[in-house]
Amino acid sequence: MEFFQELLGPAWTPVWTLAKIVAIVAPLMIGVAYLTYAERRIIGFMQVRLGCNRVGPFGLLQPIADGLKLMFKEIVIPTGASRGLYILAPVLAMAPALAAWAVIPFTDTLVLANIDAGLLYIMAVTSMGVYGVVLAGWASNSKYAFLGSMRSAAQIVSYEIAMGFALVGVLMSAQSLNLVDIVNGQKGEWGMLEWYFLPLFPLFLVYLISGVAELNRAPFDVAEGESEIVAGFHVDYSGMAFAIFFLAEYANMILVATLTSLLFLGGWLSPVPFLPDGFHWLAAKIAFVLFLFLWFRATFPRYRYDQIMRLGWKVFIPVTLVWLVLMGAVMQTPLGYLFH
Amino acid sequence: MDFTSLVFYLFSAILVVAGLRVVTARNPVHSALALVLAFFTGACLWMLLEAEFLAITLVLVYVGAVMVLFLFVVMMLDINIEEMRRGFWDYLPLAALVAVLMAIEMITVLAGERFGLAPPSPKPADYSNTRELGLLIYTDYVYAFELAAVILLVAIVAAIALTLRRRPGRKSVDPAEQVKVRRADRVRLVSLKPQKAEAREEEA
Repeated sequence: MEFFQELLGPAWTPVWTLAKIVAIVAPLMIGVAYLTYAERRIIGFMQVRLGCNRVGPFGLLQPIADGLKLMFKEIVIPTGASRGLYILAPVLAMAPALAAWAVIPFTDTLVLANIDAGLLYIMAVTSMGVYGVVLAGWASNSKYAFLGSMRSAAQIVSYEIAMGFALVGVLMSAQSLNLVDIVNGQKGEWGMLEWYFLPLFPLFLVYLISGVAELNRAPFDVAEGESEIVAGFHVDYSGMAFAIFFLAEYANMILVATLTSLLFLGGWLSPVPFLPDGFHWLAAKIAFVLFLFLWFRATFPRYRYDQIMRLGWKVFIPVTLVWLVLMGAVMQTPLGYLFH
Repeated sequence: MDFTSLVFYLFSAILVVAGLRVVTARNPVHSALALVLAFFTGACLWMLLEAEFLAITLVLVYVGAVMVLFLFVVMMLDINIEEMRRGFWDYLPLAALVAVLMAIEMITVLAGERFGLAPPSPKPADYSNTRELGLLIYTDYVYAFELAAVILLVAIVAAIALTLRRRPGRKSVDPAEQVKVRRADRVRLVSLKPQKAEAREEEA
């Protein structure tokens, strides 16, 4: 490594950073591809059918075949579409989904940018993902796409508030916005009993469910209504432009699962004190949360739109506010150690 | 010119162009998007000034929430751009006044050193201005902060009260009522005698 450092001189830092970015994004993209495969197989088994099993052994090459197919398809730009914004929209959906990974720690030393305001950065970056949805719907010059984008954008904006409040609880417990510090704050001699999902249980539930709503996934996938508004905001996209929206959605799924694992489930910490910590624990937790998302989709029927709005505004936000006040009050008493 | 000033001029140029696009774009959606770009570039400039908390909050609040709602409204309105442009130059005196005021304010800040306003010294890397801001807001300036919060709350309540219309004959249902329903309220089981034979006789 030092040899390369000498060879490249001042160009070393950007090259090395770029290499690290590739090292994060490439596995993420493979994860996204195989998450679609896992989704189809797992939901298939839950519904007593096989799922995709034709391409390659056990259908393992299916995501690659899908990717190739989408790549060779023509991108049709609808008549009267706002050309620039139509092409910009998938980029705006994808960029925040990838940019948020900059501050995600994988172990206590393995992190691209260990910044102090990490949690705040993630909230800011992910809140920009909604532009992709809004602009895709508007720029397609189609009523179906526009209605779909209005519905999903309203839903994303509403649940962001509950999600933000749930994160306030985490940072009150950890006394820090730095993700490495937050995970280290969950370390203790009791293993998994020290993780934040126990003292912050209502916030954990709110975060998990808001996460599903934020991702526009079942049972909150009202943007998709096959009978009225077809597939939602990206109905007029084809080929790779459509695939980008798909990639962004699944990359966001993995992101929310990772954040849930880091903030509430102890990240890379081992669930029992006698086993060593490590990245494999984080990977296992992410896989578990992702499995939950797929399980939700196979289990619950779709929510009605007014029920979604009611759940977000009238149930989750009050629950988080009450719990935050309670936490703040208890933390001033000798019982405050419960929340640390 | 070092790298920092190069980045500063780049951001400033983008900010100025974006600001101009806000007022010159023909399509209101493009204007709103230019405003988003302006906010984002402003946040980048703040980041250069080591105000990372304010920068990220600007993105979180203005780009992530306020402008999304703004875009919502702009997209749904049917705005006739020609009509909006009619009085464009009539606002020139007012705009000039605002511009002069802003210039004076900027001069006061930039020439602050002459009036004894010391520039802030650079802080070490582990300095957390989130913590510092939190300490100030919730201790020294807690009354001002809570006053601002109450004013915002009043504004929200007022806005809702202005637009809330109680229309008679609404069909929305109270979820609590739905949950309380038991089977007996909706379904009545009646045992009927078999009537097949009689029906056949009638047909015949």
